[in-house]
Amino acid sequence: MSLHHLDVRNLLCPMPVIRTQNQVADLAPGDELEVLCTDPGALTDIPAWCRIEGHEVVQSGERNGEFFVRLKVAQSSVFY
Amino acid sequence: MRHVNATLFAVLVNKDWRHIMEKTPKLRKAVALISGGLDSMLAARVVKDQGVHVEGLNFFTGFCVEGHTHAIRNRKGGKRNNALWVAEQLGIRLHIIDVIEEYKDVVINPRHGYGANLNPCLDCKSFMVGKAREWMEHNGFDFIVTGEVVGQRPMSQRRDTFPVIARESGANDRLLRPLCAKLQPPTLPERKGWVDREGLYRFSGRSRKPQIRLAETLKIDEFSQPAGGCCFLTDASYTAKMKDMWQARGERSYDLDDIMLLKVGRHLRPVAHFKMIIARDEGETNYLLGYRNRFHHLVMTSHGGPLTLLEGQLSDDDLSLAAKIAARFGQGRDAAEVSFLAVTPDGPEKRLSVAPLKPNQISDTWYL
Repeated sequence: MSLHHLDVRNLLCPMPVIRTQNQVADLAPGDELEVLCTDPGALTDIPAWCRIEGHEVVQSGERNGEFFVRLKVAQSSVFY
Repeated sequence: MRHVNATLFAVLVNKDWRHIMEKTPKLRKAVALISGGLDSMLAARVVKDQGVHVEGLNFFTGFCVEGHTHAIRNRKGGKRNNALWVAEQLGIRLHIIDVIEEYKDVVINPRHGYGANLNPCLDCKSFMVGKAREWMEHNGFDFIVTGEVVGQRPMSQRRDTFPVIARESGANDRLLRPLCAKLQPPTLPERKGWVDREGLYRFSGRSRKPQIRLAETLKIDEFSQPAGGCCFLTDASYTAKMKDMWQARGERSYDLDDIMLLKVGRHLRPVAHFKMIIARDEGETNYLLGYRNRFHHLVMTSHGGPLTLLEGQLSDDDLSLAAKIAARFGQGRDAAEVSFLAVTPDGPEKRLSVAPLKPNQISDTWYL
């Protein structure tokens, strides 16, 4: 397991979800990704995308006026 | 003899295997365009209920309404993305794809012209179905599903333009429109029996009642109904700002930051060669701060007030005029003097104090 970071500050939804989706595609099951963003909508959208794909949201919230979502990549796709 | 029997056995097994494979229907896969509205939700659901594996596609052009300004202006916001919400309700995957770069040609050079304002409806639909076709072919899917209803939109959803979309996208008869399929010639998925045509619909026209009734039948009691579409290019105020930007530049071009900034703040052009973007609240000021390294800007120092970005080449007189206008939108609007820090992207700063303009000195023609 390794921790990765994604900076999508100043991007508006759905760009944070798109960048998250694209980065997760290159990660291994069990890897964690922390997404840093300024659009509060990402706190709704990224967890919604995670629920669909079966990834776990480990933690999310506000930090120093910015937002973060930390997710753990699913062991296997919920669809296959 | 033992060898012959073994061969016969192998052939028999092989035959049985083939027989079973021929009798077992292959799981068919459809990719559905999901906008987040009711029609595409119903279309995907109808096909999924027929046992087809459905996955959703949502294209981000940069002009999608989906709550951008809401997110900027209300930091407590958390407005949901409807396409994601629909996918979750349907239990299907959703692939959101950034098509900002490729979409520029659709906006700038639409072959079929514009509908309302700068909306390239027909080219847009052909582009999106075309992207879905590429995705379908790349991912081994069988057909494409859209929520189009014949007669619902004046340009892109007409009986005579449906074949244009199918042809120009390259989807041809792999494009299924479940909500009005019975008013169209049978498509490949229907002819092959991948879907049952009898389970599809014959909706037409602008009335939403058939869709609402179908939603009730399918026990879908919550859905989004974007009025007038979900694209900023249909918005008169937005497109006026876009045309102004093209005119000021002398060319029809844009990048993502341009089209995002057109959604934020008050836009005023008091003189042909410069434009002001004045934040309307704290959320917009915070958002515009992200652009302070790219633009000249004014920071109000003597009173509470919005951040103002300045676009163009400004003389000292221009800067003074911009400050007088910006002062009108801060808490010092009735003060004798308001002070600013004028900052350039490469660093140098200048302090200036001005008297705010009176309301009747701000011309309506300056507003974009």
